[in-house]
Amino acid sequence: MKARTGVRHMKEGGKNIVRNGWMTFASVSAVTVMLFVVGTFLLMILNINHFADSLESDVEVRVFIDRSAEASSQTALESSIHEISAVEEVEYIPREEGLETFIASLGDEGEYFETLREENPLNDVFVVQAAEPQQTELVAEEIEAMQHVEKTEYGQDIFEQLFAATDFVRIVGLVLILGLMFTAIFLIANTIKLTIIARKTEIQIMKLVGATNSFIRWPFFIEGLLLGVFGAAVPIIILSYGYTRFYEAIGEATGLEFFDFLPAGPLLVQTSLLLLAIGALVGVWGSIMSVRKFLRV
Amino acid sequence: MIEMKDVWKTYPNGVMAVNGISVYIKKGEFVYVVGPSGAGKSTFVKMMYREERPTRGEISINGSNLAEMKEKKVPYLRRNMGIVFQDFKLLPSMTVFENVAFAMEVIEASKANIRKRVMNVLDIVRLKNKARFMPHELSGGEQQRVSIARAIVNSPAVLIADEPTGNLDIETSWEIMHILEEINERGTTVVMATHNREIVNNMRKRVIAIEGGRISRDEIRGRYGYES
Repeated sequence: MKARTGVRHMKEGGKNIVRNGWMTFASVSAVTVMLFVVGTFLLMILNINHFADSLESDVEVRVFIDRSAEASSQTALESSIHEISAVEEVEYIPREEGLETFIASLGDEGEYFETLREENPLNDVFVVQAAEPQQTELVAEEIEAMQHVEKTEYGQDIFEQLFAATDFVRIVGLVLILGLMFTAIFLIANTIKLTIIARKTEIQIMKLVGATNSFIRWPFFIEGLLLGVFGAAVPIIILSYGYTRFYEAIGEATGLEFFDFLPAGPLLVQTSLLLLAIGALVGVWGSIMSVRKFLRV
Repeated sequence: MIEMKDVWKTYPNGVMAVNGISVYIKKGEFVYVVGPSGAGKSTFVKMMYREERPTRGEISINGSNLAEMKEKKVPYLRRNMGIVFQDFKLLPSMTVFENVAFAMEVIEASKANIRKRVMNVLDIVRLKNKARFMPHELSGGEQQRVSIARAIVNSPAVLIADEPTGNLDIETSWEIMHILEEINERGTTVVMATHNREIVNNMRKRVIAIEGGRISRDEIRGRYGYES
């Protein structure tokens, strides 16, 4: 294809967009809504995955030692924990220290619990760190089976909840995205079909004077592409602005270490590029769908 | 040049439009295709530019076999032929110049070339002074001349005209005929399907008469030969 022809195709594609005012608006809106939802879910999923990762990296097993165990049994237990190959670190926290930390963590209200010092209800605890976060569960089970262990605890509840939430968000997101994607493709296909019907004679004449199919197809291809890309612009702007503001606000407000959100910069660049790509894909797909049928003259 | 060997065409709905036609048209000939409506004239002409594919038989134009031609090659076949219709098929939103130039843009000719060549053919059809007009500002005869200009702008070897005077009064029809004759004299083969008895009888050329999907008569300098 010559450069001049390329320019012609772009002009034609652009002209069609202006010519079909309302349908253009409808299909661009459909892409906008679709990509807005896609983008929102994407940001959510990426952040949840990020939480899960940071959670995983500092999981530890708390081993509650039977209160009746004597000092010698405790030492024996500690050395057998050490013997598990997946264990990296074992820390011993005596019950007095545990209570101290607990009371201190409550601040002023801690004084109500001062009486507990007389009869400490807590256990002595080993805090065990696995070499790999994935091994946490295994380590916990192994220790649980040992003597003088009352119970073991690790973040299984949070884990399970988090994974359940991620799965839920993923599934809902996927269903919504697919549904909206088909709506957008359908609308774009229809918009372009209108252009084609309006230009039926033109296409017929083009074919009769020897235009190749690809020559005829290009302007429609470009029209679809533009519809998709225009549709991507608005959600990209809104999501970028929104997330940046959200990130700034949340960064100041929470001290929760589990919930450190992904920084805006690289995340938004990636998300924007992805949305742009999806928009373009949907647009091109819609245009190819509608042109194909009309070219069999 | 154009050769058909035992060509048959049956449409999917069962209509047998062409039933065993064999014909040879030499380079530079001027041929009328006549016959009553529904005799297969239109199908005969459409097969020449591969709008329709024959069910059986061989059609060759300039040595390439249309019956077996791949869809992809069809555009290149058509670049070597001009086609003129009864209803002109001009694009209403384009000027006369643009309508003619369109056929050259499609084959990616250069701008300078387009300018020169379009003005040249508009001169041949005597519409140079109306290059900037829109089609609706022209008479029927003038519109048909624009469509002829478009058909010959890429210097095709063959000009196919399907009832080119069908929508025109007799005086205007003669104008068109003189232009077609002139184009033929410049070396272009002309195949023209027509109902116009007066033209066929007065501008004597080869006549191929089709009836019931077969050639009933093929005469050099023939006559129309039907009551119409």
